[in-house]
Amino acid sequence: MGDPIIVVTNLIKQFGRFAALRGVSASFDAGRLYAVLGDNGAGKTTLLRALAGLTLPTRGTVSVLGNPKLREVCRELGYMAHPSLLYDEMSGMENLRYFAKLYGIEDEARCADAIRAVALDPELSRPVGQYSQGMRQRMSLARALLNDPSILLLDEPFSNVDIRSAREMVALLAKMRNAGKTIFVVTHQALLLDGVADEFVWMEAGVIVARTAHFEPVEAR
Amino acid sequence: MSTVPPGVTRATLIKDLRLEWRSKDAINSMLFFALLVVVVFSFSFDPDAEESRQIAGGLVWVAFLFASVVALNQTWARELRNAVMDAYRVSPAPANSLFLAKAVGNFIFVCILEALMTPLFIIFYKLRALGPAWQLIPVALLGTWALVVNGTFFAAMSLRTRSREIMLPLLLFPISIPAILAMVNATTVILLGGEGPDTSAKFWIVLLGAYDVVFTTGCLLLFETVLNAE
Repeated sequence: MGDPIIVVTNLIKQFGRFAALRGVSASFDAGRLYAVLGDNGAGKTTLLRALAGLTLPTRGTVSVLGNPKLREVCRELGYMAHPSLLYDEMSGMENLRYFAKLYGIEDEARCADAIRAVALDPELSRPVGQYSQGMRQRMSLARALLNDPSILLLDEPFSNVDIRSAREMVALLAKMRNAGKTIFVVTHQALLLDGVADEFVWMEAGVIVARTAHFEPVEAR
Repeated sequence: MSTVPPGVTRATLIKDLRLEWRSKDAINSMLFFALLVVVVFSFSFDPDAEESRQIAGGLVWVAFLFASVVALNQTWARELRNAVMDAYRVSPAPANSLFLAKAVGNFIFVCILEALMTPLFIIFYKLRALGPAWQLIPVALLGTWALVVNGTFFAAMSLRTRSREIMLPLLLFPISIPAILAMVNATTVILLGGEGPDTSAKFWIVLLGAYDVVFTTGCLLLFETVLNAE
């Protein structure tokens, strides 16, 4: 196994008097799919936002690709949040065309490829606001894939998605992991990733309490 | 302060213009608000031509100021919907490009409002400039930029506050006082044609220019901090 791609050291994040992360220390290897699990309020989303550079640590450090300045490695990150991060009034292609410009991508074919990769039609002219929840989630994943990042941070990608679409998304994630990408999936639907994820990271009250190779329900641990 | 790549600024501006063209949220609310102000003021006062010239500078700019606040409040609202701002923040695009695009977008919207409302003001208040009317153009452009550059900045600052509609005028109006003073005095001087306390609008135009340079620089320097504030 090579050098870890992400190293988190004693990460603490406080919102006022509430500590969402209470000293998380962990390292994650490249080319693996991590499922981050835990109850609501366990700190999963805050950890993901800290890895994406969207939340500044109160204390501790996050280092991605050996660089603690996340702004400098943001081209290597793809982030999908619980909300869609898309403009409802624009079509999928218009959205992606705009976000491509933010990454300096001028080639429109890359936008169309990203949309096709999530099994949507780039020609669809309907605004995203009129998409079904499943389509919106997939378009949101397409946006995260646009810059061909080596690390994907996905927050609840399967929520409100029908089981068939969710399985299709899991298959796509497995394919991307096999292609060498490192993927973090925060989810409450861990069973979908059983047999696909390389590691299950369990969080509780702002700390990582266990890391298992297989999905083991809380009662079994 | 990071540099501002024109490609990102242009793309963001075009995206904002496209969204506004489709929704017409800002333009419609500004227009109706300004129209109401013109009508209400015209019923409240019944000035003759001379009185009109004395008070028009203040009336016009107060109407534009209040109307632009309505639009400024909506500037960032669509970035909050679906947390789209986070998509911008995780990208390598600099914060200043976003700010500049928003400010230029608001400038265009407020200029459209002014272009549509000025003829109504002229009709309702029987206005005619006795001084060099062309000077109203730099006053309008520099004054509008003064309003929108600070307005865009403070709208971003009050974005995460619970009562941001109230917060924006509370922050914006006090800091805009020098600019408003310059706009009103310059307009009054031009309308009166040298009969006022100051005989030239040039001083006020220069003051507006200096105000714009100082506050545009300040906003560009500080916007990254505002964007990434939690």
